[in-house]
Amino acid sequence: MIFLRRQLPLLITMITGLLFAGQYYVPHPSSELLLTSATKWLQIIGGFALVLGITSLFHQHAVKIRRQEAGWGYSLVLYAGMLVTLAAGALAKGKESLDGAMTGFGWVYSFMLVPLQGTMFAILAFFIASAAYRSFRARSREAAVLLVAAVIVMMGRVPLGEYLIPLSGDVSQWILNVLNASVRRAILIGVSLGAIALSFKIIFGVERSYLGGGKE
Amino acid sequence: MDCRHPRWAAAGFCFLVFVISVGRVFAQSALTAPSDLQVIDTPNDGGESLTVLWAPGPSDNPDARYEVLFGAASATDPAALKAIAEFPANTRYVKDAKTAWWTRKAEGTWHQYVIRNGKGVEMKNGTAYTVTVAMRKGEGRAVGPLLQATPSPNWFNWNQFNNLILALGFGGLVFYTISHAKRNNIFLRRIPGLDAVDEAIGRATELGKPILYLTGAHDMGDPSTIAAAVILGRVAKRTAAYETELMVPHREPITMAVCQEITKQAYLEAGKPDLFKEDSNFFITSDQFSYTAAVDGIMLRKKPAANFFMGSYFAESLLLTETGASTGAIQIAGTDSDHQLPFFVTTCDYTLIGEELYAASAYLSKEPIQIGTLRGQDIGKAVILSVILIGTVLATVGVATGGSWPQLFLDFFKDLK
Repeated sequence: MIFLRRQLPLLITMITGLLFAGQYYVPHPSSELLLTSATKWLQIIGGFALVLGITSLFHQHAVKIRRQEAGWGYSLVLYAGMLVTLAAGALAKGKESLDGAMTGFGWVYSFMLVPLQGTMFAILAFFIASAAYRSFRARSREAAVLLVAAVIVMMGRVPLGEYLIPLSGDVSQWILNVLNASVRRAILIGVSLGAIALSFKIIFGVERSYLGGGKE
Repeated sequence: MDCRHPRWAAAGFCFLVFVISVGRVFAQSALTAPSDLQVIDTPNDGGESLTVLWAPGPSDNPDARYEVLFGAASATDPAALKAIAEFPANTRYVKDAKTAWWTRKAEGTWHQYVIRNGKGVEMKNGTAYTVTVAMRKGEGRAVGPLLQATPSPNWFNWNQFNNLILALGFGGLVFYTISHAKRNNIFLRRIPGLDAVDEAIGRATELGKPILYLTGAHDMGDPSTIAAAVILGRVAKRTAAYETELMVPHREPITMAVCQEITKQAYLEAGKPDLFKEDSNFFITSDQFSYTAAVDGIMLRKKPAANFFMGSYFAESLLLTETGASTGAIQIAGTDSDHQLPFFVTTCDYTLIGEELYAASAYLSKEPIQIGTLRGQDIGKAVILSVILIGTVLATVGVATGGSWPQLFLDFFKDLK
């Protein structure tokens, strides 16, 4: 059993890891075919995994309803929403429109899901304002620097700001192109090296905790 | 000379016509066909492509144009070939191509055109085709020799050879530093965000509130999600030891399954397998804002004492962290999404910036094998910084002195990508 739980997954990880790392250097069509096939496999596995996910979701909310935990009414709404959408999708054969006419499934998508997503995204504007207010109170030297830089960049990025402070456009470009870009690149170099080192550790079985199980 | 006389006028007109005709004939004869023309299978590619190379000519100026002609192998007359590209004669040089200097098949001053499938061209591997290049200027046209070549795929892309050498070199370095770390103590600088993990879990235990842990927006194929899952193992071990509730909502079912196993093992290792709950890891939805709304709801209803945001994030980052901040939870973020870092820094108590996310596993475990990797990364960074520094100095010296020798080094560095 230990072979099936530990050695076999590590062996599969090493072989596939090396194979697909090597695939990057092989431009031959058969190499591309290999990558395409593996991507399709992943999609199929993802499809099966979705069953796991939905089972987890149903179970989680069923428990909430049964125990009548705080907010259990929302779980009922989730059940109702999921069942109605499934029924609408089955009736419309998964299509949003049939013969140019919007189906019930399309209606759910266009007039329920999209506006709700838009609402969530729109809230971001208010959250940015509140986060900015807390950050820019200039309580420390760093916060003061952040505040000054943010004001300059904000002024330089809107026509009115540049009209009021003509220099803000050039200064904000300099902040973005020189200070910001160099720091971002430094972070990206560190991230890339970290990701490569982690990949090596996983391929060669040095890092195994993602498998669950101990160190043996 | 009296030009008003009809005879003189006719003679003048004839002379003018003669001069123009001779000039045009002279201009046409000055037009030279592309010399040293070569047509080869494009190297280091997946096939279905040919590369045309020819030497720079005396008429290479913006007024003249090159025309690439392409057709079946049986074609023997340029008229039977189809013009597939036309461009000014002072463009399309070998030096402009996006290939490494060591794979170039001609000098940088030569012209190069790569014929690929699409826009009226349909090539098959193993089939020969006829190609030539013509020079056009005004009405004049000088056609080069008709050459044949057969496209075929290659098994190795030599343009990426430096990439392979670097990857192997860096891999070797990481394994060397791991073996070095087993024998020697390596200093690890403090990372406040990771020191605060214990503090956050302790606080949640004191308050009797749960801990919320998010693994980011990507799936298990992304290194940041793997790093987040590895850190989850360490966090879960401590929550098990402190007997604190752990909640891990997921956006991706495979990540959920993996994290369930990791959490289960952490509870086993902590000696508290009975405290493990199968549904501590649960799936919500793959949809970005639906997931955000659900997690915000959990934060507001359950009021977790500590929130962990590890992995990759997009626009949802601020929506999550700002809600968490409003509940008074201690928040620790770790992400490699550089575009979301400002939001995390603004709203979280501690933020693991970029590579610190990947270093977290080593920091929390204190295992030499893990810490050695960090030393390897640091040496890698030192090499990259040295290359940047040398490149900057050489570029400056090249501009200041006008010398061409720094360009040799710069080309070498430029192709290290």
